[in-house]
Amino acid sequence: MTSYEAVIGLEVHAQLKTKSKIFCGCSTEFNAKENENTCPVCTGMPGSLPVLNKKAVEFALKMAMATQCTIHEKSIFARKNYFYPDLPKGYQISQYDKPLAVQGKVGKVRIHRIHMEEDAGKNIHGTVSSYVNLNRAGIPLIEIVSEPDMRSSQEAGEYLRELRSMLRYLDICDGNMEEGSFRCDVNISIRPLTQKEYGTRAEIKNINSFRFVEKAIEYEIERQKEVLESGKRVVQETRLWDSEKNQTFSMRSKEEAHDYRYFPDPDLLPLQIPNTWIEDVKKSIPELGAQKKERFMNQYGLTEYDAGLLVQEKELAQYFEEVVQICQQPKLASNWILSELLRETTATQIAASPISSKHLGELIKLIQKGTISGKIAKTIFEKMWNSGQSPKTIVEKEGLVQVSDENVIRQWVEEVLKNNQKFVDEYRAGRTKLLGFFVGEIMKKSQGKANPATIHEILKKKLDSKGE
Amino acid sequence: MIPLYDYSLDELSQKLQKKEVSSVELTQSVLKRIEETKAKLNTFITLTKESALQTAKTVDQKRIKGEVLSPLAGIPIALKDIFLTQGIKTTCCSKILSQFIPPYDSTVVKRLKQNDVVLVGKLNMDEFAMGSSNENSCFGPVKNPWDLERTPGGSSGGSAAAVAASQCLGAFGTDTGGSIRQPASLCGVVGIKPTYGRVSRYGIIAFASSLDQVGPFGKRVKDVAHLLKAVAGRDSMDSTSADMKVPDYTQFLTKDIKGLKIGIAKEYFIKGMEASTEKVVHKAIDHLKKLGAKIIDVSLPHTSYAVPTYYLIATAEASSNLARYDGVKYGYRAKASTLQEMYRKTRGEGFGREVKRRIMLGTFVLSSGYYDAYYKKASQVRTLIKRDFDEAFKHCDLIVTPTSPTTAFKLGEKMEDPLQMYLSDIFTISANLAGLPGLVLPCGFDEKNLPIGLQILGPHFKEEKIFHLAYAYEQSTEWHQRKPTV
Amino acid sequence: MITCFFFSVMVIKKFMHITKELVEHLAKLALLELTEEEVTRYTRELDSLIGYFEKLNELNTTHIEPTYQVVPEAIVFREDSVQESFKREEWLKVVPQQEEGAIKVPKIIDVG
Repeated sequence: MTSYEAVIGLEVHAQLKTKSKIFCGCSTEFNAKENENTCPVCTGMPGSLPVLNKKAVEFALKMAMATQCTIHEKSIFARKNYFYPDLPKGYQISQYDKPLAVQGKVGKVRIHRIHMEEDAGKNIHGTVSSYVNLNRAGIPLIEIVSEPDMRSSQEAGEYLRELRSMLRYLDICDGNMEEGSFRCDVNISIRPLTQKEYGTRAEIKNINSFRFVEKAIEYEIERQKEVLESGKRVVQETRLWDSEKNQTFSMRSKEEAHDYRYFPDPDLLPLQIPNTWIEDVKKSIPELGAQKKERFMNQYGLTEYDAGLLVQEKELAQYFEEVVQICQQPKLASNWILSELLRETTATQIAASPISSKHLGELIKLIQKGTISGKIAKTIFEKMWNSGQSPKTIVEKEGLVQVSDENVIRQWVEEVLKNNQKFVDEYRAGRTKLLGFFVGEIMKKSQGKANPATIHEILKKKLDSKGE
Repeated sequence: MIPLYDYSLDELSQKLQKKEVSSVELTQSVLKRIEETKAKLNTFITLTKESALQTAKTVDQKRIKGEVLSPLAGIPIALKDIFLTQGIKTTCCSKILSQFIPPYDSTVVKRLKQNDVVLVGKLNMDEFAMGSSNENSCFGPVKNPWDLERTPGGSSGGSAAAVAASQCLGAFGTDTGGSIRQPASLCGVVGIKPTYGRVSRYGIIAFASSLDQVGPFGKRVKDVAHLLKAVAGRDSMDSTSADMKVPDYTQFLTKDIKGLKIGIAKEYFIKGMEASTEKVVHKAIDHLKKLGAKIIDVSLPHTSYAVPTYYLIATAEASSNLARYDGVKYGYRAKASTLQEMYRKTRGEGFGREVKRRIMLGTFVLSSGYYDAYYKKASQVRTLIKRDFDEAFKHCDLIVTPTSPTTAFKLGEKMEDPLQMYLSDIFTISANLAGLPGLVLPCGFDEKNLPIGLQILGPHFKEEKIFHLAYAYEQSTEWHQRKPTV
Repeated sequence: MITCFFFSVMVIKKFMHITKELVEHLAKLALLELTEEEVTRYTRELDSLIGYFEKLNELNTTHIEPTYQVVPEAIVFREDSVQESFKREEWLKVVPQQEEGAIKVPKIIDVG
C-alpha cells in the first residue's frame, strides 16, 4: 500500500469593510432591499466608468504588510472576461499579471500573492428562473492565494483561522464565512511520499464554514486515494462541497474550460504605491493576534492554550488586559473570562457584555483581598450579569461579605460536627474523603459566606485533635 | 434673407447676446430646417422638439432678466446617439439598444445643460461607432448633403451631415479611429478630436476605451472652439480624464502664423490616394507657406502599420466593452428558455454584422494562445507609432496631413470588403493610437464638388496651437463659405 | 544576434489560418449565435483580415514596452464616502424582466 501525502493550497476571498464600493460610491451596507445600493457603474450601464476607492487600497496594503508580502510599486488592474448574470459588465475588474503584493507568509504557510478585485452580485435560483441582486456587485475584495504548503486538514484550519484573525485585528474584514465576507476555495492533490512532482489537483468550492473546509479536505484525500489505488487518474476539475451529504461532487460543466482573456483594463491607470504610503500604512498596523499571544504568554505567564483563546478576537484580548489592569491577577482574569464570561456570551460580543471589564476586575480584586469567597463570587457574577451593577454594590446590598471571623466559624464547625457524630467517627477511622462533606455543610450553614481557608484550618484542628 | 440656421454658431451667439434674435426664433428656424431635410438625409434618430423649445424659452427669459449666460446659451445643438441623455432614447444605432432610455446623463450632456444649450435631437451613427460611412446603422444610412448617393463618412456621419446641412449649429460626436475627422472632411465641416483625456468619457457608450474621445463639429473653427471649451476638463467620474486646465480656445484665434513650423510627413502621401485630394492638400500646404509658416519635412516611419495596430487593439477592447449587452439588465432581450440561449440569441440578433465581426476579431486577439502574437504585439507597435510623433514634434509645432484618401464614396461601394473600409482610416488612426489632438477643416473640393478636409495634428494638450493655425487658414480662404444645396 | 535577425526575417510569412472551427469557438466565447452562412462568411473575412494584420510581424519589437494607455499619469482615487445615485425604481424601469426588485432571467443550467 502506497503512502500518500496531501498537498493543499487555499484561495481566500475577503470582503473589505469600506463604506462604499471599490469603483463607485454605492453603499456596501448589508441590509438593503434588492438592487438598492446601485448606480450606473456597478450595474454595468452603457457609458459607466470605474474610479478606485482609496480606502480599499489602504486595507489591501495593510493585509499585504501584515503577511510580510513584497508590495509591487506599480500594479495593474485587468479585466477577467466571462458571462454570468451576476457580473453586470460581462467582465470582472481584477488583477492578473502584476498584482498588488507577492511572496509573503502566515506562520509556516507561504503566501503566493494578494490582489484586489470587485465582488459580483448575487444569483438566487428558482425552478424556471433565476433572480439577480446587484447590491453586492462592486464590493471590494482581496484574494489571498497561498502556496500549496499545507499537508493536512488541521494545517489548513490553522492557516485559515490565523488569516481570519489577522483580517479582524486589522479591522479590514469581518471574517464571517457564513455570511460570505470570508470565502475559501481549496486546491488539493495527493502524491506518493516518494514522489517529488505534485499530483493532479482538484478545486473545491462552495464551502461555507471552517469545519467544512477541514471535512472537505479529509473527504477529498480519501476520494483521491481511492481513485489512484484503483488505477485511475485524478481528473483536474472543479468540485462542489455538499454539506448535507458530507462529500464533494464534480461540477461536470458542459462548457469548456474558461478562457478569461485577461488584458489590462484601459479605463484604469496603473496603481502606484509610493514608499511614503507604505511607511504610513506600516505604522498603522496594530499588534496582531500571533504577536499578542506571545506577549500574553511572556508578560502574563499564561499557557499557550489560554493565551490563544484570549487573542481569538481583538475585543476579547482588549477586555482581558483591561481586567488585568484593575486587578493585577492575569491568571484569575483569564480563568474568569474563559470559563465564566464566555459561557454567557461569545468572544465577538464581549463589548456588549453587561459586565464591564472594570467590574470584572473589581470582582477579582474582592476575591483576592478575601472580602468574598470564590464560591460567593460566582453568585455575585450571575447577579452582575443580570443587573449590570458593580460587584461592590451587590455585595453591600445583599450582605455577601465573606466571614473570616474565627470565632463565628468555630461555632459553625462545632455545630456541624456535633450533628454528624457518626461521620466524624468514620472520618477518624480513615474515611478522609468526608472532609469535603463537612466543609459543604459548614458552607451551607454560613450561606456560602464562610472563608474556606479558615474553615479548613479550624475543621482539621478539631477533627484531628479529638482523634488523640 | 439668410435663414437663421445658415449663420455660424458664433454669429448667432452674438445676435442672441445683442437680443437681435431670440432663442425660440432660432430654434424654430432650425426645427423647420430639420423637417424639410430629415427624410433626405436620415440624420436624426430622435427629435426633441418640445423640450428644445422649452429650453429656448427659458433661456430667452433668463436673458431678458439680464443674467450673464454662456456663449452657447440658446444655441440648437444635436448629439451623436452615443451620448447618454437621461429620459431621452439613446440607441447607439443598434437593435440591442433601440428602445433604451437611459436613467442618467453623461457628463458632457450635464455640462452642455449647464451652458443652457438647446438640444434638438440625437443623431444617426455607425452602430457602436464601428464604421467609416454610417452605413452600419440599424436605422439606415445617412446621406451626404453634398451628394445624396454618397456616404457622409463615419462613424459620426449623422453629426457631420447635420452640421453641413445646417440642421443644427453644432454637434458632438466621438472619434476612436477618425470618426469625427473623416466625416468632417467628407462633409466639408470643421471637427476636432481633442487629446485623449481632454473630455470626459463618462456616459458615452464605450467602443475602445483607450482610443475613444468626444469632440465637436461646427461650421467654423471658432464655433468648434466654443463647443470644446464648454465640455473639456477633468471629470471625477472618469479616471482617464486629465487634470489639465482648459484654456479659452477662442482667445487663440489669430491670423498670424509667421514662423510656425509645420511638419509634412511623406508617409501620408501614398499610392491609392485620389489625385484630386492629393493636389488640393498640397495646394493648402503651399497656402500655409505663403501665410508665413515654415514647412519642415518630418517622417512618421510606422504609419503603414497603424491600421493593423488599431484594429487589433480597438476590436480587443470593444469585444470586452460590448460584453455588457447581454439582455439581462437593459436593452433587447430575446425570448429563450435557458440563460445560454437568451445570451446567444440576444447578442446574435441584437448586434449588426460589422459589430459581430469586430467582437469576434477582438475575442480572437485576446484569447489564450494568441494574446502575445496579436494584442501584445499591436500594443508594442503602438509604442513605436507614439514615438514617431514624439520625435517629429521635436522639429515642428504641428503636423498637417490629408484626412481621407478619397472624397465621399458612394453608398454600398466599400461594404463588401471590410479591409477596404478599414483602410480609409489610414490618415486619422495614428492620432488615436498616440492620444494626440487632431482638427479637420475644409481646404478644397474635387471635380465632383465634394469637400476635401485638411487635418492638423498637434502635441498632447496643445489644442490652442491647432485652433490658431486652423483659424488663420480658414480666414484666409473661402472654402467655409460654400454650402451643400440640400 | 545574426541568427535572431535571420529568424525574424523568416517569420514574415502568414502563419495563422482562421478555420470554421475557430470561428465557431469564438462565437461560443462571445456568446453570439451565428447562422451557417454567417460562420462561412466570417471565416473568410477574419482570415483575410488577420492575414493583413500579420504585417506587424515585419517589425522587431523585442525590447519595446507595450502601450496600453496613453495617459501619462498614475491612477486617480475616490474617497471612501457613500454617494447617492439613482433610485431603484428609476433604473429597474430599463430592466427587461424584474420581480420584486430582482432582475429575472431564464434559469442557468450549469451543473451536469
